[in-house]
Amino acid sequence: MELTGAEILVRCLKDEGVEYVFGYPGGAVLHIYDALYRQEEVKHILVRHEQGATHAADGYARSTGRPGVVLVTSGPGATNAITGIATAHMDSIPMVVITGQVKTTAIGSDAFQEVDSVGITRPCVKHNFLVKDVKDLATTIKKAFYLATTGRPGPVVVDVPKDVTAQRTEYSYPQEVSIRSYNPVLKGHPGQIRKAVDLMLTAKKPMLYTGGGVILSGAQDALTEMTRMLGFPITQTLMGLGAYPATDPQSLGMLGMHGTYEANMAMHHCDVLVAIGARFDDRVVGEVKYFCPEAQIIHIDIDPSSISKSVKVHVPIVGDVNHVVKDMIRLIKEDKRRPDPVAPMQRLTQWWDQINAWRSVNCLKYDRNSALIKPQYVLETLYRLTEGEAYVTSDVGQHQMWAAQFYKFDKPLRWINSGGLGTMGFGLPAAMGVQLAHPDATVACVTGEASIQMCIQELSTCRQYGLPIKVINLNNRYMGMVRQWQEFFYEGRYAMSYMDALPDFVKLAESYGHVGMCIEKPADVEPALREALKLKDRLVFMDFITDQTENVYPMIAQGKGHHEMHLSPDRELA
Amino acid sequence: MRHIISILLENEAGALSRVAGLFSARGYNIESLTVAATEDPSLSRMTLVTRGSEEVVEQITKQLNKLVDVVKLLDLTEGPHIEREMMLIKLRATGEAREELKRLVDIFRAHIIDVTASTYIVELTGAGSKLDAFIQAVEANSIVETVRSGVSGIARGEKSLHL
Ligand SMILES: Cc1cc2nc3c(=O)[nH]c(=O)nc-3n(C[C@H](O)[C@H](O)[C@H](O)COP(=O)(O)OP(=O)(O)OC[C@H]3O[C@@H](n4cnc5c(N)ncnc54)[C@H](O)[C@@H]3O)c2cc1C
Ligand SMILES: Cc1ncc(C[n+]2csc(CCOP(=O)(O)OP(=O)(O)O)c2C)c(N)n1
Ligand SMILES: [Mg+2]
Repeated sequence: MELTGAEILVRCLKDEGVEYVFGYPGGAVLHIYDALYRQEEVKHILVRHEQGATHAADGYARSTGRPGVVLVTSGPGATNAITGIATAHMDSIPMVVITGQVKTTAIGSDAFQEVDSVGITRPCVKHNFLVKDVKDLATTIKKAFYLATTGRPGPVVVDVPKDVTAQRTEYSYPQEVSIRSYNPVLKGHPGQIRKAVDLMLTAKKPMLYTGGGVILSGAQDALTEMTRMLGFPITQTLMGLGAYPATDPQSLGMLGMHGTYEANMAMHHCDVLVAIGARFDDRVVGEVKYFCPEAQIIHIDIDPSSISKSVKVHVPIVGDVNHVVKDMIRLIKEDKRRPDPVAPMQRLTQWWDQINAWRSVNCLKYDRNSALIKPQYVLETLYRLTEGEAYVTSDVGQHQMWAAQFYKFDKPLRWINSGGLGTMGFGLPAAMGVQLAHPDATVACVTGEASIQMCIQELSTCRQYGLPIKVINLNNRYMGMVRQWQEFFYEGRYAMSYMDALPDFVKLAESYGHVGMCIEKPADVEPALREALKLKDRLVFMDFITDQTENVYPMIAQGKGHHEMHLSPDRELA
Repeated sequence: MRHIISILLENEAGALSRVAGLFSARGYNIESLTVAATEDPSLSRMTLVTRGSEEVVEQITKQLNKLVDVVKLLDLTEGPHIEREMMLIKLRATGEAREELKRLVDIFRAHIIDVTASTYIVELTGAGSKLDAFIQAVEANSIVETVRSGVSGIARGEKSLHL
């Protein structure tokens, strides 16, 4: 039977196993909306702004490992989606974005709601397509999902002109596609893996530095097995949190600009560094010339262009983390130099003594007797009350760093934040995607009074679909992260970082049909959180009025090395 | 260092702009770029001349390889290769200069391919440096216009870039 392009598109989504499409209608996609209306399998979530659709699909993807799907109209629909596409691109998140386009005969004529979507999105997608013939539609959609989810994942845009959605053709969804120019390597080179294992087994001060690639690869079990077998210390990037249990004694927490003292010091002093699915971002590396001065560096990454991009590595291994780490485990097991299975850390006693000395500095210490609510305390309490089991999304700023420091993630796919692009406005819509994917889970959105206002309209979407997200607004009346830099580097000239004319968040939440709470005293933090977590079927917007002057520590200033951390104003290290 | 990178590219709309966009977005320089379809109509062949340190050129080739439309590439400068560029140059040719220019054309093994009472068009093929030398050799104010094709390159011997 012949179907219209619109029907084919929807059938493709269904055959691809898509549960939710996040979108917003408009002229160019009306045939597609009509086709969606006439079926039930693929559910459509109507957001309030296309940016919200992209972040929601992104949150869905980050918390499930399955691709997020977005549908927006041409012109402004497509341009509104750009921020979310770029956000997913920077963090390598699988996503398929279908943009409507003016009819093929009108393309290039400055038609109503025409933008060159393929051109505009080109620099921030893994790949994109313009479908000019309905006969190519199903194959193109298949290719889009294939590209988005394999190799180094990323967003793929498919631009579909309106007339293509009206044309008819036979439908069949390809079981498989291959693209001759695209063949991601999964298995690592055996010689390189052997070389790496040799270095690892003879290291005196080894260090594992792991990132988002472990989570994208689904390699948490293999990584955990290898780390325990080796008895090595392990640190994770902001994107890698959860791939190894944060509460495990071998975990040193996050590294980098706002990482822990012990993680950064261990980086600086290690003799063998094993980087796994991490991309040597400048927030992690700091000043390149001071980076790991004594280390032989091994780097496992599926994307050759991530290797030796900013830091030259000695043993590059191109491949999928899960494959390579499993191969490493096999080699380690066969090796005479394998650490004692009962006490693997013993061989490295001196190194661990040194690390524990750094640890004893207790770098995340904060004032627990303050009369003002400390943001760290709110997050520590959230962690305790949810027993580390919540899904936590975050916006961008100080609150994001505190969430990363104080919520200990023992499992992957639970920490959902915009690391690479640092997109304010990400947290709330991302939480919608997470909550839809995990209807019974506790989903907390940690945000700030500035960030939350960038996608606040999504409170309406949450109401429509009954999403019981817990919004933790750490309200310091400042763009705190900006204020912190102005305090440190601009002699306290707080240009435009004070958040004036804030709304009454309680009333605002209530007007959207949610529960609002304002918490002003430290003693009220725990009871309020308890009460909110009990409201299982309601969105609760918790406005915590926090200490305005609190800064994120520790910190490595720009241009400094890992050994030059700044602990806090009253605690400097020798 | 100057590198000549040969690329087999899907012959599809937008493929060229992906390559060009990559260079501008990442701040790599392009000295010249030529592209045309090959004997296999589904493929285009591009020759791209760029300059950069070894690290930068390594990133350039990795980033190019990452583009889905790039099927295969070869850095010709890594081995023996031939590089050619074609130039058409229109020269003011009157009076004594007409004979003088003809001699120069012979020395450079170029051809005069169009003649009017006052102009010649000369076609010249060779390495970029030969084309530069010809431009140097003719009187500057006799040049009316020049058009250069950009470099095309191919590896010598058995080594080749094909599917
Ligand atoms: C305000 C702010 C402060 C920040 N401070 C810090 C900080 O202190 N510390 C910190 O760590 N970050 C910080 N970041 C985040 C930082 O900007 C980067 O986003 C982050 O460090 C990158 O993490 P990653 O190296 O794990 O790479 P990701 O962006 O997660 O990239 C993953 C890597 O793994 C590879 N990969 C993907 N799939 C696979 C696979 N299957 N197999 C093998 N490899 C694969 C990819 O090719 C890529 O190289 C901050 C961000 C913000 C907004
Ligand atoms: C869309 C966007 N615009 C600007 C920035 C720059 N920026 C980073 S953090 C920040 C302040 C965030 O303030 P708030 O949400 O209140 O969080 P806080 O730092 O106070 O916890 C700004 C403006 C950004 N990351 N994203
Ligand atoms: Mg704030």
